[in-house]
Amino acid sequence: MKHIEAKNVNVYYGDNHVLKDITLSIKENTVTAFIGPSGCGKSTFLRTLNRMNDYIESFRKKGKVYIDGKEIYDKKVRVEELRRQVGMVFQKPNPFPKSIFENVAYGLKIHGITNKKEIEETVEKSLKQSALWGEVKDILNKPALSLSGGQQQRLCIARTLAVKPTIILMDEPASALDPISTAKIEELISELKEKYTIVIVTHNMQQAARVSDRTAFFYLGDLVEYEKTSELFTNPRHKQTENYITGRFG
Amino acid sequence: MSNNDLNRLFDKAFKYVGICCTFFGLVMLVIFIANILMDGLQRIDWDFLTNLPSRRAEKAGILTAWTGTAWILGLTAIISIPLGVAAGIYLQEYGKKNRFAYIVELNIANLAGVPSVIYGLLGLEIFVRTLQFGGSLLAGAFTLALLILPIIIVATREALKAVPNSLREASYGMGATKWQTIWYQILPAASGGILTGIILALSRAVGETAPLIVIGALAYVPFVAQHPMDEFTVLPIQIFNWVSRPQPAFLVNGAAAIVILLILTFVMNGVAVYLRNKWQKKISW
Repeated sequence: MKHIEAKNVNVYYGDNHVLKDITLSIKENTVTAFIGPSGCGKSTFLRTLNRMNDYIESFRKKGKVYIDGKEIYDKKVRVEELRRQVGMVFQKPNPFPKSIFENVAYGLKIHGITNKKEIEETVEKSLKQSALWGEVKDILNKPALSLSGGQQQRLCIARTLAVKPTIILMDEPASALDPISTAKIEELISELKEKYTIVIVTHNMQQAARVSDRTAFFYLGDLVEYEKTSELFTNPRHKQTENYITGRFG
Repeated sequence: MSNNDLNRLFDKAFKYVGICCTFFGLVMLVIFIANILMDGLQRIDWDFLTNLPSRRAEKAGILTAWTGTAWILGLTAIISIPLGVAAGIYLQEYGKKNRFAYIVELNIANLAGVPSVIYGLLGLEIFVRTLQFGGSLLAGAFTLALLILPIIIVATREALKAVPNSLREASYGMGATKWQTIWYQILPAASGGILTGIILALSRAVGETAPLIVIGALAYVPFVAQHPMDEFTVLPIQIFNWVSRPQPAFLVNGAAAIVILLILTFVMNGVAVYLRNKWQKKISW
C-alpha cells in the first residue's frame, strides 16, 4: 500500500522555487533516505510531509500530498492530528528543558490523555522502544538536558513514539552525534522499521546505504533519481547521481 | 614621535579617561548614599514606620506612605502584568511581521520614552475624570500600569525571542497547538526574562512621583488606605513634601524615608538580577 504519496509538488519560498514537480510514493514499513547536497530541497520536502513549513510566511505549495490516501493540505485536516500521526526528529537534539519523564509524557498531555497509569506505561514503553530505558529508568526525574547528545536524540525519538505515530520523519538525526551514538540511532531505525514508516534525510551516504530500503537523490530542487538503495548506489542511472555518490561534488 | 607611539599613547590615554568616567558615576552615588544614610539612619525606628504623618517632625511617620506604596505596587502589578505579558505574547508569537506590526513595535518603544508626567495627565483625564475614580489608589494604579506597560511588553517580547526556535518546532512537531506550545514550553522557558522585566518595571513604578501628583495623590493622608477607592499617598510624594519644608527636622525625616525607598528598590532590583542569573544557569541550550 502506498503510505505517502506526493504528486507534482512544487514549493516556493517567496520567488525562490525550491522544489520542482516532485512525484514520489513511499510504502508502509520501509526506510526511505533523501540524499543530496545542501540546499537541494530534501529537508524542505521532508517538512512538507508534516506541514512544518506552515510557519514560514513566504512558503507556498502547489501539488498534492497524500498520507493514507488523504490530502494533508486539505482544509478539513487538523494539522495537530496530522503531526501526531507523522512524527518528527530534528537535526539537533531538542529535548524540552524539563525532566526526562515529562519530555516523553508531554505528547500524551497535549493530546488529552490524563490517566496517570496509562501515561507511565506509555513512557516506559516508548523509552524501551528507543533503547533508552536501561540508561534512564532510575533518573526519570532528572533534567533531559543533563543527558549526552546521543541519549537526548533517543529521548526525542521516544517522545515521538509516545503519541503513536505511523510515520517518523528524521531530519539528519545523527549529524550532531559521535560515531557510537550514530551507530545506536541507525540500529534503532532498523528496529523501528517493523512498526513504522521512516523517512530520513541524511548527508552521510554510507548511512543512507546502511539503513534505507529506497533512496531519493535530490539536486537543485529536482528529484533526480528514486530507486532501491542497493540499485541506486551500485548502478545509478543518472550521471549527476553517480557524481554525487562517488564524491565528485556535494 | 612615530605613528605607532602615538597610537599607543591614545590607547593609554583612553584607558585612564575610561577609568575616570566610570568612577565619576560611582563616586557621586557613594557620596549621595553616604550623605542620605548619615542624615536619615538615626531617624529610622519602629515608630517611624508605624506613625501617621504629623505636623511635628519628631512624631511624624511614614505608615500611610509605605502602605500606599504597597497598595499601588500590588494593584499596578495586578493590572499591568496580565495586559503586558499577553500583549507581548501576541506581538511576538501570533502577530504577523508586516508593516503594521513594525509601526506598532516602534510606537511601543517610543511610549517607553514618554515623560511620566504626560501619563499623569492621561490618567487624570481618563481614570480620575471620565471613569470617575477620583484621586484614588485605583486611578493611580491604572496610571502607573499604563506607564510601565511598554516596559513589560518589550521585556516579554525579548524573553520570548530568546527562546530557541528548536523548542517551538519540537512542540509543534508532536502535534501541539500554538497555545499549548506557548503555555507549556515557551512561557516556562522565558519566565526568567519576563519576571526580570516585570520586577524592573514595578520598581520604576514605585519611584514615580509626577504622574501621581498630577492625578491628585495627597501629601497629607491621616489614615491608612483600606480600599482601592481610598485616597492615598506614596513614599516619593511624602519625601517630596518633607524636603520642601523649611524646618531642618523634616529634612531628616525626608532622608530617612529616602533610605526606606532606596532599600525597597534595591531589594526589587536585586531579586530581578538574582532571578535572571538563576534562569540563565538553569536553561542552557
